[in-house]
Amino acid sequence: MNVDWTPEQTAEFNRRRRSRNLALGLVLGALVLIFFGVSLVKMLP
Amino acid sequence: MSVGFITAPEGVSFDVVAAPPGVSFADWRDYLALLKPRVMSLVIFTAAAALLTAPGHVHPFIGAVAILCVAIGAGASGALNQWYEADIDALMKRTADRPLPAGRVSPDEALAFGVALAVGSVAVMGLAVNWLAAGILAGSIFFYAVIYTVWLKRRTPQNIVIGGAAGAFPPLIGWAAVTGDVTALPWLMFAIIFLWTPPHFWSLALFMEADYAKAGVPMLPVVAGEAATRRQILLYTLLLVPVTVLPWALGLTGWVYGSVAVVTGAIFVARALAVYGNTATLAAAMVPEKRLFKYSLLHLFLVFAALVADHWIVA
Repeated sequence: MNVDWTPEQTAEFNRRRRSRNLALGLVLGALVLIFFGVSLVKMLP
Repeated sequence: MSVGFITAPEGVSFDVVAAPPGVSFADWRDYLALLKPRVMSLVIFTAAAALLTAPGHVHPFIGAVAILCVAIGAGASGALNQWYEADIDALMKRTADRPLPAGRVSPDEALAFGVALAVGSVAVMGLAVNWLAAGILAGSIFFYAVIYTVWLKRRTPQNIVIGGAAGAFPPLIGWAAVTGDVTALPWLMFAIIFLWTPPHFWSLALFMEADYAKAGVPMLPVVAGEAATRRQILLYTLLLVPVTVLPWALGLTGWVYGSVAVVTGAIFVARALAVYGNTATLAAAMVPEKRLFKYSLLHLFLVFAALVADHWIVA
């Protein structure tokens, strides 16, 4: 990224971006499980 | 904290204004803070209490999804509220470090986050549970984000009274998720939260008055003074307690709920009378107000827990 950051600032920015991406991944995974679970329950007799 | 410059807990600072557009400085905890998790816990509790009290059967997984949708919908309301109120949040000590006024989340991010969660929670509720519950959830988000936050909060000292309705919707949603309709008992639960909200928030507003005045929010103590607020707290308490007892008086619940409602209601009245009798103008001397604020949380918890206990023990 073309910004004038110190190495500490870049490391901190990357840490925050990683934490956001990890959280988003977990949320998407949870959504898959929820939709799968709802589908199973709806198909129960 | 100055706008345009943020400092991470580790001490590394960023000049937000000089950063390229579209760069996000948010941590996952900032998005969690946008959801107002403490408000969410009360919403989850009252919705779950109604879900567990409602007659009929819902699959436990679908019940859990319904509660999750209520929680996410409440979180969406919180995010939209913080998006709209960033300017006044920046002026109050209690809220100045929220992600928006502190500059860690941009207004566009917060708006997109709130709208996505609102639409997502309503859609999942409709598809997985039923469309009545989804419709009430959509109505509650609209009520909180638009009627309360945008329209009323900055215009009238009665903001809390009408805004309290937004917080009163969750039991209707929990009940509708099980039965597909809304009968007298969930409406009484709605009325209990609706009437509970003014004494709860006005007791907080009394000892936080300086903060609200600084931000220009027309809370009742700021506009009408402490004495009028204390009188209103007592009046709403005197309305709240009979309505709390009503489910038992009408035969909709058993003695477990009835006895809890009577005892906790009597304590609420005693605490509200102590507030009414207080003449302090300094926050440090507002001990009865702080006691009432704390007790009101316990009261709501006990009343709704008693509804569930009554349903499972007596019925």
